[in-house]
Amino acid sequence: MSTVNPTEAQQPPRTLKISILRHNPQDPASVPHMQTFTLEEAPAMTLFVALNDLREHQDPSLQFDFVCRAGICGSCAMVINGRPGLACRTLTHTLAPEITLAPLPFFELIGDLSVNTGKWMRSMSERLQTWIHSTDSVDIKRLEARMEPELAEAIYELERCIECGCCVAACGTAQMREDFVGAVGMNRIARFRLDPRDQRSDEAFYDLIGDDDGIFGCMSLLGCQDVCPKNLPLQSQIAFLRRKMVKVGLS
Amino acid sequence: MNIVYTDVLVIGGGLAGLRTAVGVKRRGHEAIVLSLIPAKRSHSAAAQGGMQASLGSSTMGEGDNEDVHFEDTVRGSDWGADQAVVRMFVNTAPKAVRELAAWGVPWSRVQQGERESIINAEKVTIREKAEAHGLITGRDFGGTKKWRTCYTSDGTGHSMLYALGDQAIAYAIPVIERQEALALIHDGQRCYGAIVRDLITGALTAYVAKATTIATGGYGRLYEVSTSAIICEGIGAALALETGVATLGNMEAVQFHPTAIIPAGILTTEGCRGDGGLLRDVDGYRFMPDYEPEKKELASRDVVSRRMTEHMRKGKGVKSRYGDHLWLDITVLGRAHIEKNLREVKEICEYFLGIDPATQWIPVRPTQHYTMGGVRTQHTGESPNLKGLYSCGEAACWDMHGFNRLGGNSVAETVVSGMIVSEFIADFCDSPDSELNLSTGLIREFYQRESAKLNTLLNSTGNEDAFALRRQMESIMMDKVGIFRTGPELQTAVDELQALLTRSRNIGLRCHASGANPELVAAYRIQKMLKVALTVAYGALARTESRGAHSREDYPQRDDQNWLKRTLASWKDENDTLPTLSYEDLDVMSMELPPGFRGYGVRNHIDHPDTERRQAEVEARRKEHSDRFSLQQALMPYEHLLPESCRGRNERLSEPLS
Repeated sequence: MSTVNPTEAQQPPRTLKISILRHNPQDPASVPHMQTFTLEEAPAMTLFVALNDLREHQDPSLQFDFVCRAGICGSCAMVINGRPGLACRTLTHTLAPEITLAPLPFFELIGDLSVNTGKWMRSMSERLQTWIHSTDSVDIKRLEARMEPELAEAIYELERCIECGCCVAACGTAQMREDFVGAVGMNRIARFRLDPRDQRSDEAFYDLIGDDDGIFGCMSLLGCQDVCPKNLPLQSQIAFLRRKMVKVGLS
Repeated sequence: MNIVYTDVLVIGGGLAGLRTAVGVKRRGHEAIVLSLIPAKRSHSAAAQGGMQASLGSSTMGEGDNEDVHFEDTVRGSDWGADQAVVRMFVNTAPKAVRELAAWGVPWSRVQQGERESIINAEKVTIREKAEAHGLITGRDFGGTKKWRTCYTSDGTGHSMLYALGDQAIAYAIPVIERQEALALIHDGQRCYGAIVRDLITGALTAYVAKATTIATGGYGRLYEVSTSAIICEGIGAALALETGVATLGNMEAVQFHPTAIIPAGILTTEGCRGDGGLLRDVDGYRFMPDYEPEKKELASRDVVSRRMTEHMRKGKGVKSRYGDHLWLDITVLGRAHIEKNLREVKEICEYFLGIDPATQWIPVRPTQHYTMGGVRTQHTGESPNLKGLYSCGEAACWDMHGFNRLGGNSVAETVVSGMIVSEFIADFCDSPDSELNLSTGLIREFYQRESAKLNTLLNSTGNEDAFALRRQMESIMMDKVGIFRTGPELQTAVDELQALLTRSRNIGLRCHASGANPELVAAYRIQKMLKVALTVAYGALARTESRGAHSREDYPQRDDQNWLKRTLASWKDENDTLPTLSYEDLDVMSMELPPGFRGYGVRNHIDHPDTERRQAEVEARRKEHSDRFSLQQALMPYEHLLPESCRGRNERLSEPLS
């Protein structure tokens, strides 16, 4: 049994040139500009490791967001060489030595690579009411309501979204309509629509997304599907949801 | 001075904090949640594997109930846990799972009929009953007698966190993001809220509340290599410690997880071994059965981690530039199983190692994972020393984990303690006791003190680098306060940490921005973290025995005669460089399960003088009662300790409610 550990690769270390779009909106004197840092690559280096190294040793004011640093929390989405992605699980050895980093577009900039996805996601959740709507009273001392195992799995499939914001950053419609709910919002609706515990009707969902800021705003460019770090089936979910919503709209 | 008033201030937006906020809001009290980050990004999301609750619906969970879960948890804790609290927990866990089901968590369900599974490296066929079809199922986890761990594929924590995050939104609870509490406002008797810094603007706000809850998670990031999210820095513990009044419990109890990948330190879930994965050494040999013939890879985490370390010390580790490691082999589970039930593991292997775990072994080693210690509370979640201060989840020492936590019991604790503690907080807020009689002068005093501290740091001409101090602390904790401990090493650690603490008072900054400033944050946090680190190291030095995750090579026995007690640490004076330790005895004569052999690990302990007498009493009671409920009631009544809403039996297929 041989397992190749990428950390064992025996090559002279590369010198990385990392160009970062810098701007601090809190500072009236700050002007957006690119700044290039030079860094010696280390084995198994991710952008998480690289950016922390830059902050500790070169520029302590550098702003970015990491939480889990394991690809599950969605904090560190940024534009990596022109493409939205999760920085924490991007190994530098998979990139050319010149790396360009920019904050996600569309979201409010906090500073440098840090954007306020949390604020936008909360407002999206409030707007789309992304929680189970049920009038049943549940006695938690008793056996739970049954669910088909495949259905539970199908719901989980759509629930895997980590609200990183990549899909919105890659979305053509979002560039034009600031109130567009994005693939993240439509996927949430698809998830609750699938869940029998949520008693909302298609008419109720139509009220939430049956307009150009919702399902009818999507131009099917599908940048969302291309960049989703969780490989969610956004294309088929949006298409399916649109068919259902058209049906409500025509009735 | 900005002052915001609310009924209940919750510091921390993970599962414990969110469940607390929802609980008090449902009882009619206003709550504000403060979070360093968007709540749905909290470390709770990392609980891949599952949540223990004795539903007993699946075939391998048959016969499970609160009693079995109780015994597993107490044995896992190496008898360090508060057994009444464990009872409160195991009775509420099934209710918590069912509540979450109603809130939308897509728990994996029982599929009737036959299915293949891997147990102990062998294929077995499990037949699920038709009457269990569609109920919540459970998987195997370390240290448990039954398959009890409820899960949603391998995104349990994520699903739970989204369900609760959405509930908080449904209840219109403000979750104020990118806020960091710097100090609790208190007068030595009563806690009145916190001074809070906005991480974007740097502005300070005084949040004044009847009740303040610390739900900030653990302190794993004191260690160099930790599976914890980078925000788990023990700041909540430091907030309590810096009051000089509130105590921290069992801070030396730090758990190492057997299987984090090297070098990134990212966890691969215990579900890997629960589902049948094996540990192999440099020769590809499966070594765990040699050490633990009965539980093998599925002994409790502290035991497996130590056995792995022991085996690597024998030269059986695989050498790498990051140190030795062993192999986790899940190829035996097959691609279909891995891609469905262990997908996060597969992704981690692909993205951080560049390997395919369906065909290749995963390089792993024990890595800091969980902290059993925390803000000491009563069973109500309230600090026994500072009224109005509550804590729950990993931040608290409630204390249901004692010296070692079982897999699946942490994410369970977050929601269960949130359910329970929120009821007690609501009771408190309902009572005249909770009325605030405080002077604005007190608020101003704390506000100005924190403001002055920040200004001192920003204007300091000191020559110490906050990041460098941080790295030194991390390596001291890793090397000298780690998985195996000795007196001389711990003494060195304490000395070195004290020196770092003194040096941390002389930090100078390169970045002088008063708003967003990562270096300023690093500076004030390291000052706090070093105090917390000292409670861990000093507590470990003082505890001259081995218990659960606390393993002293110079004192290998568990010593119930001298050490069946909880360590309490406080920080009496701001200028101290060491915590003050005191101890709280555990009463053997009131234990439902008197101390004994855990059933795994080494049988090596010194009995408490009361153990034999209590054991005889327990055995006599067992003969008198054939019904498990009346026996339990006779041994250790606890139900009166629970809030009304959490009382009552849990229904199972085998135990229908009338």
